[in-house]
Amino acid sequence: MADNGDEDCQYRIKEGDYVVLKRGDIYKAVQIQSRKKVVFEKQWFFLDNAVGQLYSSTFEIVSGGILQPQKPKNLESSSDAKEAGTDNRNIVDDGKSQKLTRDDIETLKEQGLKGQEIIKQLIENSSTFRDKTEYAQDKYIKKKKKKYENSVTILKPSCRILAMMYHGREPGKICHLRYDTLAQMLTLANIHAGSKVLVFETCAGLVLGSVMERMGGYGSVIQMYPGGGPVRAGVESFGFPSHFHDMLHEFPICHVNALLAGTLDTTAKDPSADEKQTNSTAEEEQIQPEAEQQDSPEQQSMETNSGEAAGPDQEKIEREKRKEAKAQEKKMKLDEKRKKLAAATVLLEGRNADGLVIASRFQPCPVLMGLIKFLAPSRPFVVYSQYKEPLIECYTKLKEQGGTVSLRLTDTWLRHYQVLPNRTHPVLLMSGGGGYLLSGTTVAADRSKPAGSQRAEEPAPKRLKMTDTVE
Amino acid sequence: MSFVEYSDLIQDGDVAIIYLGHDSMMPVKVQQGAQTQTRYGAIRHSTDLIGQRYGSKVTCSKGGWVHVLHPTPELWTITLPHRTQILYTTDIATITMMLELKPGSIVCESGTGSGSLSHAILRTIAPTGHLHTVEFHQQRAEKVAEEFREHHVDHLVTVRNQDVCKDGFGVTGVADAVFLDIPSPWEAVGHAKTTMKKQGGRLCSFSPCIEQVQRTCEALADQGFEEISTLEVLLRVHDVRTVSLPLPDFGPDPSAPAPPDADSKAPNSASVTIKTTTPPREIPGHTGYLTFATKPRT
Repeated sequence: MADNGDEDCQYRIKEGDYVVLKRGDIYKAVQIQSRKKVVFEKQWFFLDNAVGQLYSSTFEIVSGGILQPQKPKNLESSSDAKEAGTDNRNIVDDGKSQKLTRDDIETLKEQGLKGQEIIKQLIENSSTFRDKTEYAQDKYIKKKKKKYENSVTILKPSCRILAMMYHGREPGKICHLRYDTLAQMLTLANIHAGSKVLVFETCAGLVLGSVMERMGGYGSVIQMYPGGGPVRAGVESFGFPSHFHDMLHEFPICHVNALLAGTLDTTAKDPSADEKQTNSTAEEEQIQPEAEQQDSPEQQSMETNSGEAAGPDQEKIEREKRKEAKAQEKKMKLDEKRKKLAAATVLLEGRNADGLVIASRFQPCPVLMGLIKFLAPSRPFVVYSQYKEPLIECYTKLKEQGGTVSLRLTDTWLRHYQVLPNRTHPVLLMSGGGGYLLSGTTVAADRSKPAGSQRAEEPAPKRLKMTDTVE
Repeated sequence: MSFVEYSDLIQDGDVAIIYLGHDSMMPVKVQQGAQTQTRYGAIRHSTDLIGQRYGSKVTCSKGGWVHVLHPTPELWTITLPHRTQILYTTDIATITMMLELKPGSIVCESGTGSGSLSHAILRTIAPTGHLHTVEFHQQRAEKVAEEFREHHVDHLVTVRNQDVCKDGFGVTGVADAVFLDIPSPWEAVGHAKTTMKKQGGRLCSFSPCIEQVQRTCEALADQGFEEISTLEVLLRVHDVRTVSLPLPDFGPDPSAPAPPDADSKAPNSASVTIKTTTPPREIPGHTGYLTFATKPRT
């Protein structure tokens, strides 16, 4: 936000915060909870000591899983007068160069030696280290650092970090959406504050959260969700301030046809209908099956499901009581759900949304064809698929139907570089693919179709054929 | 109309994008009484544009028709008048995410160039952020400032006509993110650091040449920047095509049982038609290297 001067409190880690742990290129999203054991990179520790510290601080994990704030890096880390070889002609891989055995190293660790000290010992006990070239020495130290340094950095979550984290750790959960592809989506869909955006995703909430971050709490996001309830565990990891959730709406796609046909239960739109219990029974019945599905494992919505656990049989009266309470709770939930449905319906009815973002494991064509109807003319949409063929189908269908321009099927190629003096080159491994995107812009539906065949991509003036070879 | 807010109707004074066909668009300043010539004939602003809905189809004087689109930073990037080499959407999208831009971000940029990236930054940081953009070429600085006014984003941006390597960004300790697209970025790394918030922030440098990257990375490391990472991102377009592939004729196969519908197939239709994609014959194979870094708290 705007200049906050020296005010540091918003940069301090608080109990309950959602944070991201980082070591090297490895990330993990966790919540700060007291006495909660966290496992990260095969190490367990507690985050209690992080509370009150500044974000982006690095901690050393000491015995007992305690975090200890690390002092700012000592500048001349390993720059003692160096002795180095010129090439590797005298280095033989006989497995004998390291004098320390595995047991020795374990003993050092048990003695509570810090990573840096262990590495020092390793170097001192390596018979070949001195013969390695300067570059190879660097590489050796880097490799050992990775293995023995047990520090962890605590970061404030962001779209960049979470997208990289999911891509690195659990790509299956986000349909293998690579971070640069997500970046393209947010830009191609012109996501910005104050707009009204439809999101359909099965990427654990990463795409939804990224859209919300770009909107900064201004405007509205409508999550179009399949099944019993919206899945958005990933949104929590962003740690948004509570007012961000005011812009978030949800609408079950099973009601899309009814909404488009104008037959969606109108009582749902009236928030004051709560009192009229008898009136709502019919509707309740209609919504009931959904409510029951809520208990499915898929359900990970933001609301806390406290007290939902069905109690085992005890005394009848207690059971009755519980039943009653449960019914009451169920009713409240239904009311809540109905209110949410009503609010989302109001937003969708005008069919004037500003953007549409689809990233799911569903067959994209029906999703796109159903949801694009809610967009105003001259608004961008973008569809992600891990596979290219379903997007070819979307492209073909949109061309047939009209109502869109600037259709483009793309993917991005991403390569990282190692940049070091005299050793700059592309990183040896690169991602083979980050998924495909179909993007385009809506235009006013063409009511008066020109007589004859499908409308062409471009007008056909009498003069001469245009030079564009594109169909 | 504004580049940071949609509106439904085209108004006098707007900048609209005329969509003529695939990869063929032009920006138009909408003015009462004005006319714009296209290859499909003239568009009369008063009758054809003003008061119409964005996305409408407009019939030109020669009978051809076009669509009128609401401007977005992405459309502007493909239609803007080039005064310099510009950044394109693929790089811009990557930069926006990796710099962690969002509503409220304070960003410093140099050089402004033709304003392609600037518009995208402004869209993302509105309504509460601010962009400080520095351009050493006076005419370019003036021209881009004029465009910001026309696009109704001037309240979100300060344009400075100075040399960032010598004079910096004109602000200190305010930026969440810095972007450099200058010939010698390493000379501006120090200024970049002082313009950033003491709590830290993100930096990006765009350079076409690896030698520039090399020097920039050294300067970044010297200034204490962390998480220095260089990458390259390219767009690959897949043109959808229907193609017909002829089938080979090996003559009758005596060993194979006669297919039941053998008669119904005409022998001369020996080809299959498929929907597939082809790459364009040529694509931009290099734009520039993007180097990102994090400034730690100081």
